[in-house]
Amino acid sequence: MNQENNQEVKSIWEKLLSIDRRIIFLFIAVAVAVPLFFKLSMRIPVTPVAQGTYQAIESLPAGSKVLASFDYDPGSMPELQPMAEAFFRHAFRNDLKVIIMGLWPQGPLQANIALEEVFQDEDIKAKSLQYGIDYVNLGFTAGNEVVIDRMGHSFEESYPKDGQGTPLSEIPLMRGVRNYDNVDLIFNLSAGYPGTQEWVQYAVDVFHVKLAAGNTAVQAPAMYPYVQTGQLSGVLGGMKGGAEYETLLGIPGRAVRYMFSQAVAHAVICMFIIIGNLAFFSIRKRKKTS
Amino acid sequence: MTGYEILRSTNREEGYEHIGGAAPGATYFSDSNTENKVKYFYRVRAISPWGTSESLPSNPVFSRVQWFDFSRLTLFALALIIACAIFYFISSAKTGKKLFIRKIAGLEAVDDAVGRATEMGRKIIYIPGIMDMDSMQTIAGVTILGRVAKLAAEYEAKLEVPVSKSLVMVTCRETVKEAYINAGRPDAYNDNMVYYLTDDQFGYAAALDGLFLRDKPAAVFLQGQFYAESLILAETANSVGAIQIAGTAMPSQLPFFVAACDYTLIGEELFAASAYLSKDPKLLGSLKGQDVGKFIFLLVILVGVLFLTLNSVLGLGLPDLATVF
Amino acid sequence: MRREVPLVLTAMVGLTMIIAHFIPPFNILKDLFEDWFFIIAAFAIYLGVLNLIRVNADKIYRKSRDWPFGIVVILGFLVITIPGLFFSGGRSFSDPGTSFYFLYIHVYYPLSATMFALLAFFVASASYRAFRARNVEATMLLAAAFILMLGRVPIGDWITAWLPEGYRMGNAADWIMDFPQTAGQRAIMIGIALGVVSSALRVILGLERAMGGD
Repeated sequence: MNQENNQEVKSIWEKLLSIDRRIIFLFIAVAVAVPLFFKLSMRIPVTPVAQGTYQAIESLPAGSKVLASFDYDPGSMPELQPMAEAFFRHAFRNDLKVIIMGLWPQGPLQANIALEEVFQDEDIKAKSLQYGIDYVNLGFTAGNEVVIDRMGHSFEESYPKDGQGTPLSEIPLMRGVRNYDNVDLIFNLSAGYPGTQEWVQYAVDVFHVKLAAGNTAVQAPAMYPYVQTGQLSGVLGGMKGGAEYETLLGIPGRAVRYMFSQAVAHAVICMFIIIGNLAFFSIRKRKKTS
Repeated sequence: MTGYEILRSTNREEGYEHIGGAAPGATYFSDSNTENKVKYFYRVRAISPWGTSESLPSNPVFSRVQWFDFSRLTLFALALIIACAIFYFISSAKTGKKLFIRKIAGLEAVDDAVGRATEMGRKIIYIPGIMDMDSMQTIAGVTILGRVAKLAAEYEAKLEVPVSKSLVMVTCRETVKEAYINAGRPDAYNDNMVYYLTDDQFGYAAALDGLFLRDKPAAVFLQGQFYAESLILAETANSVGAIQIAGTAMPSQLPFFVAACDYTLIGEELFAASAYLSKDPKLLGSLKGQDVGKFIFLLVILVGVLFLTLNSVLGLGLPDLATVF
Repeated sequence: MRREVPLVLTAMVGLTMIIAHFIPPFNILKDLFEDWFFIIAAFAIYLGVLNLIRVNADKIYRKSRDWPFGIVVILGFLVITIPGLFFSGGRSFSDPGTSFYFLYIHVYYPLSATMFALLAFFVASASYRAFRARNVEATMLLAAAFILMLGRVPIGDWITAWLPEGYRMGNAADWIMDFPQTAGQRAIMIGIALGVVSSALRVILGLERAMGGD
């Protein structure tokens, strides 16, 4: 009887070890989707790197100019769009002036989508922000890091007009803004190339500007060396970074809400890893015994 | 104090214009919009919630062409040392001196992968990354493609190279054609072996996934610069049972390739591939030169860490190498 | 000449860019080359578009394998381009309210986000397959993965709430990110940077086969 049971148990472990990946996909789908129906708020501890980004913006006096480069596409929207909205809320709440640009074609569009969302807030509406005075969208320019390098000498060389075709000289916000010397901070949201790394290499290292960033979770670890050396004031990493930023602002938004979903998904992956290892060790033990 | 405004004029008494600002606590401002040999006067205006206060005009200053940027002297010296090391080892290799290069498992496995595809009668799919020819990783990927194409020609295996950029398509076609000619199989080459899909990252990934699922290749090579699509491609290829040899210098994508692929060329192993595969002394020499650079960095890091440790434990006033470099 | 001219051009441009970094008067040449790069980069976008249309039109004409998808590609291209170019009502094509913006939000964004979302599933299946404690190194990798996965979400701190503040899983995850992870990243970045320097020198010196060298 024992041997038969051992045979049954053995096959269960072997089945688990070679489980159809679609079963794993199903569990992940449920783990991500179901928590979205629950409005559970989790306490989000803030990391020093996220604090650095928040502080870089918070320390700017009213009227300071921030160059915001949106270098991502819709694929990275779930991670970076909450950061974009939180950034605009932070900037407008503190009466900062925002110069939007993009090294990715979709970037300036993503900025417009975030602005549309943020302009629904009552406190932002009350400020009656005006295009060209409080914010401007320069649009996209091809050229990757060459654009970053060129802007160090002159914004107008890379962006003679804004995204709507108005010459820079006719935009009140851009008067007196010649190059990086005339902006107080660069804020970059990046999902790949060109992105934060290029901003560090071509703007910070060459022109000594201050830079704070938000990256996807996959890319953020690669920015830690730059934070440690002071080349980057701080970096927000993925949805958690967005949640940390919203927590610091005191305006919990989508990122905080979605963290429950992410937490459950992580737990499910850990559960599968445990099951996989149990199966692996069980089979290895039986092979050694037999 | 909320900040400073920097004002400039070519006249000591009047005509000052705002050229920039500085945060509270800042002690310098760099003016990069000057004309050479023109005298400028500067004033600093301090701003606070209670009003402003201006400094007296500075003495006249003028800029002139700097023939050498001394702020980059350390970088210049380092670059010179590494370049000289590379040149030295290249000339040393040309004289016939043997240079030892350790085995790179991923490159050793190329022959096996191509052989497997031939035995199974299934395709080899080679993906040279999603970036353009201005990326060194793409160049490295195309170099390895030459080797794989030559083997595919010799073994009569089917090779397909779907690419994401038009310039890469042109280069890959030249490389594969040359490889087939060198293998003595020019008749087996066809321009349609290398074809363009789309520039869009996820459109490209979707097209490749469809290709893997329909054609079930025996071997998949992922060599070049990849981003988020790397795991999508690697997992899909794994699901159809293909042997996978990946190589990238993207630190963020390496963990995915290591987890999902059979062999992975990590970081600079990808750049070493052209030297490793060709065994060309000149290229092997450049690899050794690289090692000199690595040795210098290692030495500086060790000495720097030692200095910092001695400073904090014994209070010695040793220099902080981070400020020196 | 066919090989020599590109090699000479490559060497000239490469060396100019390096020298300009240290000798400022060379910036005039560097700016000129960058202007040319801007023009080439802008045209490369058109080259990609023309190539896409040509390849798919050819596929449809010859009725090659999967030729109906060629029609889908070209139709998709026209559906996005024509509204963007001609039906923006005088505004910028990317302004909210335009037809391009509508297609971007309701077609392109869901498609792109869906492909990216596949990563969540593939990460799970890859982790299940790869994270086995086969040996000491694999066990360390497994332990680090566990701590990071749980520590980066609030669950980690919840599980280790009984530990004093500063010693919970979130803090352990932060420590791993700040120290071993950053050290590893830095080491790989240094190696890669040297690899790029060496490869770039090979291209400039005309030693790299893929770029027309020996």
